Amino acid sequence: MTSSVPLAVSDLTVAWHRKPVIWDVDLEVEPGQLVGVVGPNGAGKSTLLKAIMDLVPKASGRVEVFGRPYKKSRARVGYVPQRESVDWDFPISVLDVVTMGLYGKIGWCMPVRHKHREIARHALERVGIAELANRQISQLSGGQQQRTFLARALVQDADLYLMDEPFAAVDAATEKAIVEILRDMRQAGKTTLVIHHDLHTVPEYFDSLVLLNMRVVASGPTNEVFTRENLERTYGGRLTLLDEATEAMRRRERIL
Amino acid sequence: MTHLLLMLMAWLNASGMGSVSDAADLRFQISDFRIFERSVTIAESLTDRSIDWPDWSQWQRVLSLRDYNTRIVMLGTGLLGLAAGMVGSFTLLRRRALMGDALSHATLPGVGLAFLLAPKFGLDGKSLPVLLTGAALSGIAGVAAILYVRNLTRLKEDAALGIVLSVFFGAGIAILTIAQQGAGHVAGLESFIYGKTASMIADDARLIAGAGLASLIIVTLLFKELTLLCFDDTFAGSRGYPVLLLDLVLMTLVVAVTIIGLQAVGLVLMIALLVIPAAAARFWTHDLKRMTLISAGIGGAGGLVGSAMSAVFPNLPSGAMIVIVCSVLFFLSMFLGRSRGILVRVARRWELNRTVDHQHLLRGMYELLEIQEEPGVATGRNVPFSSLLSMRSWSSFRLRREISRCLRNGLLVRNDDQSLSLTDSGMVEASRLAHEHRLWELYLITHADVAPGRVDQAADAIEHVLEPELIVRLEGLLRQELATQGVVPSPHPLEQIAADATAKTATAVADHSLTSSQKDETP
Repeated sequence: MTSSVPLAVSDLTVAWHRKPVIWDVDLEVEPGQLVGVVGPNGAGKSTLLKAIMDLVPKASGRVEVFGRPYKKSRARVGYVPQRESVDWDFPISVLDVVTMGLYGKIGWCMPVRHKHREIARHALERVGIAELANRQISQLSGGQQQRTFLARALVQDADLYLMDEPFAAVDAATEKAIVEILRDMRQAGKTTLVIHHDLHTVPEYFDSLVLLNMRVVASGPTNEVFTRENLERTYGGRLTLLDEATEAMRRRERIL
Repeated sequence: MTHLLLMLMAWLNASGMGSVSDAADLRFQISDFRIFERSVTIAESLTDRSIDWPDWSQWQRVLSLRDYNTRIVMLGTGLLGLAAGMVGSFTLLRRRALMGDALSHATLPGVGLAFLLAPKFGLDGKSLPVLLTGAALSGIAGVAAILYVRNLTRLKEDAALGIVLSVFFGAGIAILTIAQQGAGHVAGLESFIYGKTASMIADDARLIAGAGLASLIIVTLLFKELTLLCFDDTFAGSRGYPVLLLDLVLMTLVVAVTIIGLQAVGLVLMIALLVIPAAAARFWTHDLKRMTLISAGIGGAGGLVGSAMSAVFPNLPSGAMIVIVCSVLFFLSMFLGRSRGILVRVARRWELNRTVDHQHLLRGMYELLEIQEEPGVATGRNVPFSSLLSMRSWSSFRLRREISRCLRNGLLVRNDDQSLSLTDSGMVEASRLAHEHRLWELYLITHADVAPGRVDQAADAIEHVLEPELIVRLEGLLRQELATQGVVPSPHPLEQIAADATAKTATAVADHSLTSSQKDETP
C-alpha cells in the first residue's frame, strides 16, 4: 500500500566516523510542493539527501518514500547531484549523460536505443539546450552542466525529485530556466526537495522550507518558517556545545 | 569486434589443433629453433643477455609469421593488449590505474608459493594454471591489504599502495630465492618478472585468448553500467546500481588481464598495458566508445609488434619490447592526436593568432581612415605602412605577413606609393570588425563598468574568441544605445588611442625601425 506522502523521515541520524553529521531529523513533505532545504555549510544538507537514498549508512532512524522504503520506491525518485561531484572532462556527450537517467528502464546489459535517445532529446529541449545534445561535456558552461544534470533527472519522469544545489554558480538565465521547470513540475503534481544557499530568493521560490543545522531547526510553510529568529537559530551557531562535544569525541577517536 | 576475436580463435584452433596433437610435442617442435627457456636456470638467464643483431633470414622468419610459435605468441599478446586496452580505459577513468600496478606486483609471492607448494598437493609446480592461480590469489590478497591498510589507519591510498606493492614484491623475490635453493628447478619463474614470450606455448595462448575474450564480452555487455560507474557513482548508487559490485567486476577484469599478462609482459611492466593505451587513446577522441576501441587497438598493436620484436631479439625481455612499442604509439598520439594532441593545440593557437592579426590589421585600416575622414564614413583612401606599424606592438614582419595574406585574399590593394587601400570586400570586412569591437566596448562601458580609456584593450582581449551568435545578442542588448545604423561610432577618441599605442610601443617600434625603414627603402 503506497502512501500519498512523498517523503517521511523520522529520527534520522547519520554519523561519519562516530561524528554525527545529522542528528535526529524528523521531516514530512507534502505532495506537490516545492521544498527548500537551507542551512550553513557542513549542516548536513547533502548528507540528508544521500541518507534518504541509502547512499550513506544510517546510524538510526527511518525513511519512507511514498510509504515504502527507498529501495521499493526508487523508480519514483529523481536525483540531481552536486555539479562538482563529477569530472566534466569525462569523454562522453551531453546526450550520453542524459540517457543515464534511463539506464534503469533500459535494463542491465541492454543497449541504449533510438527511443531512449528521443526521450533524452526531449528532456534537453525542456531545459533549453537541445542544440548541445552532441557536444562533449567538457565544452559546457556551468549553467549548461547544471541543465544537463536536470535533464538527466527529468527523463525519469519521477514523482519526487531531490536536488543538491541546482542553483550553485549558475548564470541568471539558467537559474530562471530551472525555476520555470520546477514550477512546471509542481503544476504537474510533482514534489521537489531543493538544497539552496541563496537566502534572498527563498521566499520567492519555495512553498515550504526546512532549516537544517545538523538537526531540523524549523520546518513548515515558508511564510511561517522564514523568520529572522529561525534564521539566527540556524546560522547563529547555537549548537556550539554539541559541536564541541562531537569534536572532543572525534579527537578521542584519533588517539584510539 | 567480437566477430573478429571469434575468427582469431578459430584460426588459432585450426592451426594449433590440426598440426600438433599435444603440448609435449609442441614443446619439442619449438625447441628446434629456439632454446626452450623453461630449462634455463635463473642464474644463467639473468647473465645471458647478450644481444646478437639478427640477420635478414631471422627478420624474414618473424615477419612472415612462418613459425608456429611466433604466430601463437603474437596472437596471444595481441589479444592480451586488446583486452588490457579496453579494461584500462575504464580503470583510468575510474582513477584506479595504480591499483593495477600494486596488484601485478603483489602476484609474485603467489607464483613462488604455488611453485613450492604444488608438489605437496600432487600438482606440477611448473604448470601455468597452477602458477597463475597462485598469482591471482596473492594479487587479490594484495588489493585486500591495500583496502585494509587504508580503512584501518589514517594513511592515504597512495601510501597504502606503495607499502603493499613493495612488501609483496620483496616477499616474492625472497620466496623465489628460497625456491631456487630448495627445489633447484625454478626455471622460467623469473620470466614472470620481466616477461618472456619465448616460453609461451599454444595452451598459454589459448588461455590468454579465452580470458581476453571473456573480459571483452563482459566489458561490451556492461559498457553502459561501467560508464555510469566511472562518470558518476553517486548517481549510479541512487538509481540502485550496486556500485561496490560494479567496482568488483572492474577489479576482477583487471586481475584477469594482469594474470594472463604476467607471462608475456611480466609483472613489473604489466601496468603499462593497462595505462598507456588508454591514456594515448584519450588524445584521439572525446567519445568513450571510440576511446575504448582505440585503446584496445593500441594495446593490441603494442602486443603484436612488441612480441614480434622480442621474437627477433630472443634475449630481450618481451615485456620491455611491448612497453617500448606502446610508448612509441603513446608519443605519436600525444603529438598527433586529433582531439587533444599537442600539434592540434599548437595549430589552433596559431590559427587564433592569425585571426587576431587579421582582425587587428583590418580594424586598424578602418580606424586610420576614420581619423582622416568623418566618423563612420570611412572610404577607400590610402594608409601608409608606417602609421599601421605604429598602431600596435606588432613586428613589421608580422604586419607584412598579414598584409600579404590580405593582398592575396583581395581585401587590400597596394598603391604605387607603397601605401595600402581597402578593396570593397575589404571595406565590408573592416567595418564589420570595427562594429563588433565597438559593440564590445560599449557593452563593457555600460554593463561592466570598464573605464572608456581602458576599454579598447579590454574588448580586444575577448572579442577574438567569441562566436557570431554572441554579437547578435550584444546588438539586442545594446539596442537603446545603438541609435545609428551601420558601424557604431567609437566610444572613445581614436587619435588618443592611436597616440597611446604609439607611446606604448615606442620601444618595440624603435627595435624594428631599422629593419622596417631599410625594407621601406629597398622596393
